[in-house]
Amino acid sequence: MTKLLQLAVLIAVSLTPAFAADETPLVLHGARLLTMGPAGNIEAGVVVVQGGKIVAIGASDEIAIPANAETRDLAGKLVMPGLVDTHSHVGGGSGGDGADPIQPDVRVLDSLNARSAGIQRAQAGGITVANVMPGSGHLCSGQTLYIKYRDGRTIDDLLLHDAEGNVLGGLKMANGTNPMRSKAPFPGTRAKSAALVRQTFVRAQEYRAKLEAAADDDEQDPPARDLGLEALVEALEGTRIVHHHTHRHDDILTVLRLADEFGFRVVLHHVSEGWKVAEEIAARNVPCSIIVIDAPGGKLEARDLRLETGAVLERAGVQVAFHTDDWITDSRHFLRSAALAVRAGMTRQKALEALTIEPARMLDLADRVGSLEVGKDADFIVLDGDPLSIYTKVEETWIDGAKVFDRKRPQDRLWATGGFGAGHDANPGCCARQDWWR
Amino acid sequence: MQFVLTPLALALLALPTLCQDLAVRAERLITMAGPPIADGVVWIEGGKIKAVGAAGDVTLPASLPVLRAKVATPGLVDAHTVVGLAGWLNQDHDQDQLDRSSPLQPELRAIDAYNPREPLVEWLRSFGVTTIHTGHSPGAVIAGQTMIAKTAGDTVAEAVVVERAMVAAALNEDAVGGDGKPGTRSKAAAILRAKLLEAANYAQKRADDEATPRDLALEVLADVLAGELPLLITAQRARDIETALRIAEEFGFRLVLDGCAEAYLLLEELKAANVPIIVHPTMVRAYDETENLSLETPKLLLEAGLLVALQSGYESYVPKTRVVLFEAAMAAAHGLAFERALGLVTIDAARVLGVDERVGSLEVGKDGDVALYDGDPFESTTHCVGTVIEGVRVSAIVR
Repeated sequence: MTKLLQLAVLIAVSLTPAFAADETPLVLHGARLLTMGPAGNIEAGVVVVQGGKIVAIGASDEIAIPANAETRDLAGKLVMPGLVDTHSHVGGGSGGDGADPIQPDVRVLDSLNARSAGIQRAQAGGITVANVMPGSGHLCSGQTLYIKYRDGRTIDDLLLHDAEGNVLGGLKMANGTNPMRSKAPFPGTRAKSAALVRQTFVRAQEYRAKLEAAADDDEQDPPARDLGLEALVEALEGTRIVHHHTHRHDDILTVLRLADEFGFRVVLHHVSEGWKVAEEIAARNVPCSIIVIDAPGGKLEARDLRLETGAVLERAGVQVAFHTDDWITDSRHFLRSAALAVRAGMTRQKALEALTIEPARMLDLADRVGSLEVGKDADFIVLDGDPLSIYTKVEETWIDGAKVFDRKRPQDRLWATGGFGAGHDANPGCCARQDWWR
Repeated sequence: MQFVLTPLALALLALPTLCQDLAVRAERLITMAGPPIADGVVWIEGGKIKAVGAAGDVTLPASLPVLRAKVATPGLVDAHTVVGLAGWLNQDHDQDQLDRSSPLQPELRAIDAYNPREPLVEWLRSFGVTTIHTGHSPGAVIAGQTMIAKTAGDTVAEAVVVERAMVAAALNEDAVGGDGKPGTRSKAAAILRAKLLEAANYAQKRADDEATPRDLALEVLADVLAGELPLLITAQRARDIETALRIAEEFGFRLVLDGCAEAYLLLEELKAANVPIIVHPTMVRAYDETENLSLETPKLLLEAGLLVALQSGYESYVPKTRVVLFEAAMAAAHGLAFERALGLVTIDAARVLGVDERVGSLEVGKDGDVALYDGDPFESTTHCVGTVIEGVRVSAIVR
């Protein structure tokens, strides 16, 4: 065989286990399970995985272990759902350019590097699902992408789809200083920002009315397709959630005002001054995905950022998730965000939910991920201790029943701790010889 | 120590005692000058440590205020920051960490820019940081003179410990790239060598002829060449670290290395040069010249027998500063024993800065700088419950 052919065979063979659904059931037993679901915490529990799904979970005396199962003893370990990051920039994806402050037609899908080392580092941090977003330098910078951090060769390997086969994602919007620039067509003030957004949503309403009229009346032609307005109509319909960057208390209220006017579903992101308007956010029942930062400031809008934001929002009854905003914070340290929020008064349970089931809800993915329940995707992480302890390590990360990160593997350990070459792109499928490309 | 988390009113708790006499009693007193002491006491009088020992062995005056904590450590030492020059708002008016008009400006002094009332100083203090080595940021081949300060005091004069600590230089990717900066690595090295040569000639001229006009830039570099203060060179890539070692050997100045993301590739060379290293913040972003950083670098350097400290570094955006307590915690989580990790931000940092006779450990005669915690200081869920500088409780925030 030529060297190239050998390589091709190597790739084909090594790809198989990573992507095929496991037919042999896998049984994990002995670990403490934090299900983040109705079953709560289970000491020395059992999880049965088959076909990429959780098929059984419970205490050891409740679960029948299939005869043909592969079993793993995880006594002394802790197993919890894979972490869900509502806001990441891993993979270097881009959104709109300098042409317009509102570009809902632009998709991060068309720019993401599926082989980015950032994805490998996120696996090392225990993150299995992320909302990868374009930046905040636009009022609307484009369509976001909900992905699984699988070992993908192409972007298609990472995608999530709905029952009709549509690629899942949201819409990124922002207000405050980031989208404001000195030159038109970008807004120079907050009022102008809101006016531009309102005008755009009014256009989307009119476009939707034409679509509906054409659907009801065979005589009427539908309007010419408009890629941007199509995405905005999905936002108006609630099938595409608006993920809205916002820091200052008044900017937060502006988002709520626009959401009230147009009825789009929204998740507030960053929410640095959310502690100042927690009651207003709670009254609107709008979820908040917050960022936990080691110090306030760095920009005017973050001067009043508090470690206590999560605790204040929790007490007000607001749904809270954390996000990495990677590279603002490193995906490898995502668990630490929850620990710092607990330091500032959040309850342990809510802080752990804010890494798992709450962010899953904010992405409309809670029926698939975010907790360990029968029928959900087998996305979980194995830890060697308390998830909130700085000394705890993510030992393994599993997605759809396949192990994507194992700290014992040298290449995975390199991505977890860093070192020479840790910034290089991954070449999934070549794990049999992990350094073949050197 | 009792506390209630009322997040919006934490600042109200700060009621500094102005007397410089107090004691700290901790269930676990970590002195960094011997094994931890169970139920230990530090007695501070006139701002200095008068006694350290087990509570049973130290008899305190009945009237002496006693602060209690689960864990107490020496006040933390941040071995390199820009806090006080770089403000939290990140607007032009509060960014004094770099003058871009020339790549070579050793005459700039941190003391002429340091703002002791900067909120980030208070932020660091509230986590137990009591001493900072601060000054100009990497981004110029020679950016200016650094200073050492306490994180207390309303004026520079009150805060300062060492007015002129080091000269900050950089052989990194921020210091090159044209637009007033040298365009290449080689050019950066060349202008640094030329300036040092000029300083050597200047020193000779001044020695030969007292009437030679003073030059503030060359004067300070002449002091570097005379060994009076170190040249702090920021270098991340292995080749830049090598260049720093090469130039230090050529001119014979005291070198302190800063950053050193790829230092683990040069352990033998660094050991041979016996150079102190102020490692980048453990959690600094891994991209561009720091793409190869390792969370295990402090461990690898310590195992090689080097003198190592940690820093909060320079951040251009969010977060505007890091906190060395957190950076040391991450080092502890990656292979370092507790006290080795704590040493990176206490006694070893003080040694790198040359102020270990005053700070960095709890020993009789040293400054009464103590950090109080309600648990393992490195756990993210533990709170700093008080900070004492020279016998004054400068922070009572629970954070």
